[in-house]
Amino acid sequence: MSASTMGSGPNMGSGTDLTPKVHRFEAIVVGGGGAGLYAALALSKEKVQTAVLSKLYPSRSHTGAAQGGIGAALANVEDDNPEWHMYDTVKGSDFLADQDAVELMCNEAVETVYELEHLGLPFNRTADGKIDQRKFGGHTKDHGKGPVKRACFSADRTGHMILQTLYQQCIKNEVDFFDEFHVMDLILKDGVCRGVVAYEINNGSLHIFHAKAVLFATGGSGRMFKITSNAHALTGDGMAVALRRGVPLEDMEFFQFHPTGIYKMGILLSEACRGEGGIIRNGKGERFMERYAPTIKDLAPRDIVSRCIHQEVLEGRGVNGKDYVHLDLTHLGAEVIEKKLPDISDFVRTYMGIDPVKDLIPIQPTAHYAMGGIPANKDSEVVGDENNTVVKGFYAAGECACVSVHGANRLGTNSLVDILVFGRRAGLSMAKYCRSNDFAALPANADEEVKAQIDRLRSNSGEERTLTLRSDLQASMTDNCGVYRTEGTLKKALSDIAVFKSRFSKLHVSDRSQVFNTDLLDAMELCNLIDLARVTVEAALARQESRGAHYREDFQKRDDAKWLKHSLASLSNGKVDLKYKPVVMGKFPLQERKY
Amino acid sequence: MKVALRIQRFNPDTDKSPHFEDYTVESELTDRILDAILQVKGLTDGTLTLRKSCAHGVCGSDGMRINGRNALACRELIMNHKQPIVIEPMKGFSIIKDLVVDMEPFFNKYKSVKPYLINDEAAPAKERPQSEKDRMKFEDTTKCILCACCTTSCPTYWADSDFVGPAALVAAHRFIFDSRDRAGEERLDIVGEKEGAWKCRTIFNCTDACPRGIQVTQAIGEIKRKEIFG
Ligand SMILES: Cc1cc2nc3c(=O)[nH]c(=O)nc-3n(C[C@H](O)[C@H](O)[C@H](O)COP(=O)(O)OP(=O)(O)OC[C@H]3O[C@@H](n4cnc5c(N)ncnc54)[C@H](O)[C@@H]3O)c2cc1C
Ligand code: FES
Repeated sequence: MSASTMGSGPNMGSGTDLTPKVHRFEAIVVGGGGAGLYAALALSKEKVQTAVLSKLYPSRSHTGAAQGGIGAALANVEDDNPEWHMYDTVKGSDFLADQDAVELMCNEAVETVYELEHLGLPFNRTADGKIDQRKFGGHTKDHGKGPVKRACFSADRTGHMILQTLYQQCIKNEVDFFDEFHVMDLILKDGVCRGVVAYEINNGSLHIFHAKAVLFATGGSGRMFKITSNAHALTGDGMAVALRRGVPLEDMEFFQFHPTGIYKMGILLSEACRGEGGIIRNGKGERFMERYAPTIKDLAPRDIVSRCIHQEVLEGRGVNGKDYVHLDLTHLGAEVIEKKLPDISDFVRTYMGIDPVKDLIPIQPTAHYAMGGIPANKDSEVVGDENNTVVKGFYAAGECACVSVHGANRLGTNSLVDILVFGRRAGLSMAKYCRSNDFAALPANADEEVKAQIDRLRSNSGEERTLTLRSDLQASMTDNCGVYRTEGTLKKALSDIAVFKSRFSKLHVSDRSQVFNTDLLDAMELCNLIDLARVTVEAALARQESRGAHYREDFQKRDDAKWLKHSLASLSNGKVDLKYKPVVMGKFPLQERKY
Repeated sequence: MKVALRIQRFNPDTDKSPHFEDYTVESELTDRILDAILQVKGLTDGTLTLRKSCAHGVCGSDGMRINGRNALACRELIMNHKQPIVIEPMKGFSIIKDLVVDMEPFFNKYKSVKPYLINDEAAPAKERPQSEKDRMKFEDTTKCILCACCTTSCPTYWADSDFVGPAALVAAHRFIFDSRDRAGEERLDIVGEKEGAWKCRTIFNCTDACPRGIQVTQAIGEIKRKEIFG
């Protein structure tokens, strides 16, 4: 059943349609990326009545942009095992990841990759027909003894193939999709989740989805920053809605900057470039990573490489004195480049007009991945406080969630593992929950908040423009809360954000139509970004240490005695409240992080 | 520098038919056409409506007609286009608003060819083996991002909207030629119907339009050969 056959015809009037349509599904999945679709697939196999709501057609989700690979210790091309994968993940996380969750993820990664293959995913193959694997940053053999081939891949469009495969299998299993439905609120009362409120983009009508269990799988929030690899749609909606409904967000100060974004545009050039042998060079042509990470060099984890680039630039070794360096693929040869990195070479040719076979590629760090998010446990249940109290009926998985398997810095290929392992687990635990629980009653006027929000935006008479305000926010976040932070820059960001918040109340939404009103949606998304920026900066300001992606120039060392803990930031009445909970340790003891 | 755009507009609340409007924005020549359109939306007229997401040609949201040719606005640089850059919605689907067209018929056609792996045999503990040679038989057609640039550039489709269209045929090809799939016959029956592969007149517009460089016409030809020779 498609979205358009569900609703009534387009509403051509200009006011907010007063009577929302009410739908009832046992399970609602918000988000049609890898996490949401894998959950939906699991739910459909369990015969739970499920609907997927997505503001984009599922096949447009940013999972489709993932390039390099999905990590799993299959040992198809060389010795490997899940325990080594765990070690790398924990060390990569700068010891902030919860080791029980990491253990589970790395073990389940293996069966997950085989299941994907059975569902039809066209992986590249070895000479004997097995799934091929390649090197990736931070993945090593035997606890750091050198790089290992662990990333399973489908050329440099692994995410595209995952997204397509899962979408196709959901079609096969006749999952109900509500495409281009923008979820704006979570119905949460007395600690029990009861559904969501959504806005139908096509005709501006409101819908209440009454459900037993709701999964947020809404992806990342990279559009908070100016230079980013993230899609326009990645505005952290799910995280912001949860935050406004009183669920604290975990570890928001940890945002990953990927070292190899196309200069000025931020478009990602996957770590697979370096996995296949690519090298980063400074303005003098030096392979500078040799100096910083002698064992694994260019394949050091992202936080480290991004900081090294920054350092080279600061010390005057950027290219032509500018703020970028070069990615060098020229020695790989045309065949490797065309066969293993075809899309990336196409990006370089299309957007920069140069040829990666012959030319050096200008790159700079690009905002890439939110390690933080909605706190969830190993069964993808949302946990709403520092005691890990479960919010009944509410689940989160994928980039919008924080399990935490990535801690302070995610390793490449581990997000695709995360979204699938925990997406499926979400589906399974929701199915269990749906079988043993009834629908909790819908509160009266469940859509009240959303209506008020829309009416406020529609009736505003200010002069402020979404584009200008968003650009200012992005510039401030990149300058003040980027690869390097200090108390000074973070305080500057906070005062900027206060100004942005008040400018937001003067935002002018010029489109008053009910049909496909993206002007209104852009404004809603901007509101989400501002709230998320606020908690990100507050958590970063409080954390007086450097760990993983969070690097404080004024506190350059990791401080385990004080800061080996997860932050939980909540926002109410304009105030941020920070609480903390312990990290789950395990077999890997703390050590200094050297590569 | 200044960039001139001529964009087709249609507001279903007030307009009986579409019309063009001219805009000038400040952009760099190396910017994407998508960036220029978003400048118009952000600074000149907030009601201008389009779909977009990834901004680098992988999600398939922003297919449109640019100077008479279907393309993704995020994959086209301003410097490669003559000005004013004329921008219209894709042809052949009904217009919802401005550059946004109704994609439902398109996705329904896609779904009609059973675009998913069918194999009910018990799965092995590990992967189903496949040689690189076998994988290469359908690699090209796995690249499709469902942007509809091909289908909406096809004169046969313009003339007959019952035609399943090149994108759905690409999806069928992807599975018919996958050595792991067991439903090739079923799919060949579907695309062998009168609104299927045989409608294709090998005009090659689809191949020219495909932003992913898929050899669409060739894939349709391979389906036709398979229909005849098995
Ligand atoms: C360029 C790039 C390359 C990458 N490469 C790799 C890689 O090689 N390996 C790896 O492991 N990771 C990689 N990553 C990271 C990884 O791809 C993402 O973290 C992951 O795909 C996120 O999946 P998701 O399902 O959580 O979210 P997404 O795929 O982003 O999906 C989010 C979904 O939520 C929906 N949504 C959002 N808000 C709303 C709302 N308000 N209402 C309704 N629906 C909503 C969207 O429509 C979408 O369907 C890469 C990321 C990028 C940007
Ligand atoms: S915006 Fe994704 S293809 Fe253009």
